[in-house]
Amino acid sequence: MNPKMNTHNTKVMNRFDVTSRLIAKLKHEEAVIGGIGNTNFDLWAAGHRPQNFYMLGSMGLAFPIALGVALAQPDRRVFALEGDGSLLMQLGALSTIAALKPKNLTMIVMDNGIYQITGAQPTPAAGVADLVGIALGSGLANSAWAADEEDFERLVDEAMSADAPSLIALRIDDKPGVGTTRRDPVQIRERFMQGLGVREPL
Amino acid sequence: MAIAEQQPPAGQGAGDRSWHGIVLQTLKRNEVSLVPYVPDRVLTPLIKNLHADPFFTTFATAREEEAVGIVSGAWMGGRRGAVLMQTSGFATLANVLASLAVPYQIPLIMFVSERGTLGEFNYGQSLVCRTMRPVLDSLALEHHTIGRLDELEFIADRSIKQAVTTQAPVALILNPLLTGGKVFDK
Repeated sequence: MNPKMNTHNTKVMNRFDVTSRLIAKLKHEEAVIGGIGNTNFDLWAAGHRPQNFYMLGSMGLAFPIALGVALAQPDRRVFALEGDGSLLMQLGALSTIAALKPKNLTMIVMDNGIYQITGAQPTPAAGVADLVGIALGSGLANSAWAADEEDFERLVDEAMSADAPSLIALRIDDKPGVGTTRRDPVQIRERFMQGLGVREPL
Repeated sequence: MAIAEQQPPAGQGAGDRSWHGIVLQTLKRNEVSLVPYVPDRVLTPLIKNLHADPFFTTFATAREEEAVGIVSGAWMGGRRGAVLMQTSGFATLANVLASLAVPYQIPLIMFVSERGTLGEFNYGQSLVCRTMRPVLDSLALEHHTIGRLDELEFIADRSIKQAVTTQAPVALILNPLLTGGKVFDK
């Protein structure tokens, strides 16, 4: 078995903690796309940045939206945070990204095996499918499980200088997000565009 | 007309007044350079010419909503895009239209090759086609059905400009009267 696909030794981490660790590493106005639900709630709670985009629907599209940003701004690093349930809705996107090979895109999958926000029902993949194995099989060679927080930070550092898209998966606990994103889609979009230098404030 | 003054891309003759030649030139003139698609037989010449023209980044996606996510992200990053699809693909988009394109005010430009009418041979296609305009109307989205070659450039050019300036999606439905459509013996 490929050691990258062995999840048994990976520590169960916390979404808010690892999101905060990621944000602390961002020093160059990197874009961050937060997937629907707890994933973007914890991105919000980790401290708003003008380069953050928060999804309030369209489950499964964090990676495609991030791909679009990465194609529009190839000199900016783009991160996407997605839950395991969301990723399962749009597995084909992994192949699209593998085919296009955007150097500046890093995908992070928070895997707790459940739809936490709807009542903690297990996903169909829980205990059955290996999301890193799926990513590898989709053509994303730079895909790995993070063994613990330190390993996650190391993988993020590697992704920052990689010349191909990277995917980092983490096992996380069943805790809900610690904040709630302000549900104002027009402001979220406008401020994100300002954060990316596309627009000036009125 | 302005289109006649454009330099023709490789593989496309000057004065290409085919429907797909007009769509390509109108996209280019409006700086729409990112064109993900889920393919359709009728769209084949357009897709082929987009691939042949280095101005465009064009590629297939696994689902239409994936393509909508991509062009939405690109718009926010300062690059214009459009999505190509078939009628049945549009039918998968209600959620992403209602939760991303409309509430975030994203000028999503969609070209839909219309199947299900004027000689359709697949009952399922004719049924799913009937869902398209009610979905567009239920969200009060701008849409035009284009059946005449002489109206194509005007409608496409104006609609792209309106989408961008009003920050609202638009669907341009390419009717078999314009494209020839797909019939049983093809």
